[in-house]
Amino acid sequence: MNRAREVLLKKEIADHIHSWRFNILIALIALTATASMVTVAQTIRDVLAKASDQPFGEVFVFLQMLTASNGRLPSFLAFVTFLAPLLGIAMTFDAISSERQKGTLLRLLAQPLYRDDIILAKWLSSLFVMTVFFLALGFFVIGLGILIFGLPPSFEEVLRIVVFLVVTALYVAVWMSLGILFSLVFRQGATSVLAALAMWLFFTLFYPMIVDVVAPVKQTGTPDEIFSSIAWHQGLSRLSPATIYDEATTTLLTPSVRALGPLSLEQLVGAIPTPLPFLESLLLIWPQIVGLLAMSVILFAISFTLFMRQDIRSTRA
Amino acid sequence: MEQRTSRASNQSSSRTPVIQLENVSKQYGFKTAVDQLNLTIYEGEVFGLLGPNGAGKTTTILMLLGLIEPSQGKATVLGIDATRHPLQVKKHVGYLPDDVGFYEDLTGRENLRLTARLNGLSEEEADEAAQTLLQRVGLEEAADQKAGTYSRGMRQRLGLADTLIKRPKIIVLDEPTLGIDPEGVRAFLSLIRTLSAEEGITVLLSSHHLHQVQAICDRVGLFIDGRLLAVGTIAELAHNLFKDAPYQLKVEADPLDDTLLATLQKLPGITAIERLSSTAARLLAREHVAPFVAEAIIQHHSKLYTLESSAIGLDEIYHRYFEGREGA
Repeated sequence: MNRAREVLLKKEIADHIHSWRFNILIALIALTATASMVTVAQTIRDVLAKASDQPFGEVFVFLQMLTASNGRLPSFLAFVTFLAPLLGIAMTFDAISSERQKGTLLRLLAQPLYRDDIILAKWLSSLFVMTVFFLALGFFVIGLGILIFGLPPSFEEVLRIVVFLVVTALYVAVWMSLGILFSLVFRQGATSVLAALAMWLFFTLFYPMIVDVVAPVKQTGTPDEIFSSIAWHQGLSRLSPATIYDEATTTLLTPSVRALGPLSLEQLVGAIPTPLPFLESLLLIWPQIVGLLAMSVILFAISFTLFMRQDIRSTRA
Repeated sequence: MEQRTSRASNQSSSRTPVIQLENVSKQYGFKTAVDQLNLTIYEGEVFGLLGPNGAGKTTTILMLLGLIEPSQGKATVLGIDATRHPLQVKKHVGYLPDDVGFYEDLTGRENLRLTARLNGLSEEEADEAAQTLLQRVGLEEAADQKAGTYSRGMRQRLGLADTLIKRPKIIVLDEPTLGIDPEGVRAFLSLIRTLSAEEGITVLLSSHHLHQVQAICDRVGLFIDGRLLAVGTIAELAHNLFKDAPYQLKVEADPLDDTLLATLQKLPGITAIERLSSTAARLLAREHVAPFVAEAIIQHHSKLYTLESSAIGLDEIYHRYFEGREGA
């Protein structure tokens, strides 16, 4: 890494940490998620009783604590799923446009640094700060759990939670890349943030409904027809990062999930309903992980090319 | 006259060119922003790029920094191809954009330090350089205020410090005095002049303020519609343009009617008359005709209030070029 990029990276990281926007959002996520987890933990007996229809294998108390809801508050997982994209958008929606409007972009470009240093510093700094935040949140929650239950999590639980946090970071990276792209396309920060929020609402609320209408899962017909309708439904759903993230986190935090696609009765007969070992779960969601990575890299690559090609004159509003 | 020309050419050959533009053009779609530009700027001089808004001055400057690729031609700065190796160029060229921006939640000092660090200075060097330059531009008291609280003039001075912190060989200032109050402009320009004289920095200054350019530039280039119409010292430009009419007279008389103007026009040596108001006019003449003008006015029974002869300045040169262009 060259020196100029390092200097920029440090500055960007400091900017994020000092910004109101970032601090408000992480406070929001940390508070809601922790509140949800604590309320669940206090009534963990009921939750576990409900979950004990699974007679074989280990009971994952810590994972239950993250995924279960006591009916009053959504689960920890639900809060993170809902709010994490907001964090990604908030951190990047004006990454380039604000520099442009304040006239700092031109001043930066007049220094001996490459153009890609600027956009890479923006991307990497947000990625770094956000990943650190989610890891910290995860470990904080595990620590709270130890305090409440008085027993440590199993190694597998820790592993699953850490991978879950990393996948969350990957998911947020997709939204960050989108934010950076919008910060290049739109001159005004307000337009950019509205467009990004529209995308977020679209993918988390409307897209599943649209897919249901366009490619409904057939309840009747030949097995082939039903299978093909399911394949269409899933294929379309998986174009949305929200779906992919959902599948990945469900599999990671609920070890009893054995498959993401349809299972025939033949496949189920004789299967022992045990939780899946960690590596098997990871294998199951490997395509999802790669998919999230690809989405974020592709979006970033588009921003990168756009930024490299943009005429510097057009950067003046 | 001969002597002066030869001295000028001697000067050019002994000095090293630091900026060379050869046949540089830039097209945006069908619009030609810069057209076949040839320009050489020598070490240590203060060069004024003069022209109306939208004449292509900023485009030219950005091509020198390698931030815009010329459509044709070659831009060389300090012997380096600016298009191919912009990084090398930007190490030695400080650029102050016309509306310079700073990180508003950092202090002036922190902004300077960041630029210094980006230019490869160590933490200690950056601190030291920032302190020295803040003093130099007179911002030491405001150094630890957030840059967002700075006035336009302070921002511009901070901008100058920002361009100097890399210890440049050349500084390029794009409309540096826009929006500063007159006293601020004077201070700013004298600061630039001092810097150029003391540190031997070559200065390229773009402006549409004639008087400022006239006040501090060694040579000027007149830039209109992407084309460089004339280059030289102000005296040279005046001489070339007003060969036939090197004298200028301003007349104020009452009444100054058309018959009087017609009489004046017929005087030998007068080449042009321009009415400025109902009682004032400007005359261009081949010779010193003031006594004859005075006589004519008195014979016409008008009251002569002012008769003022003056040297040709940038105003007239600029105006003349525009006139020529509109006529063409």
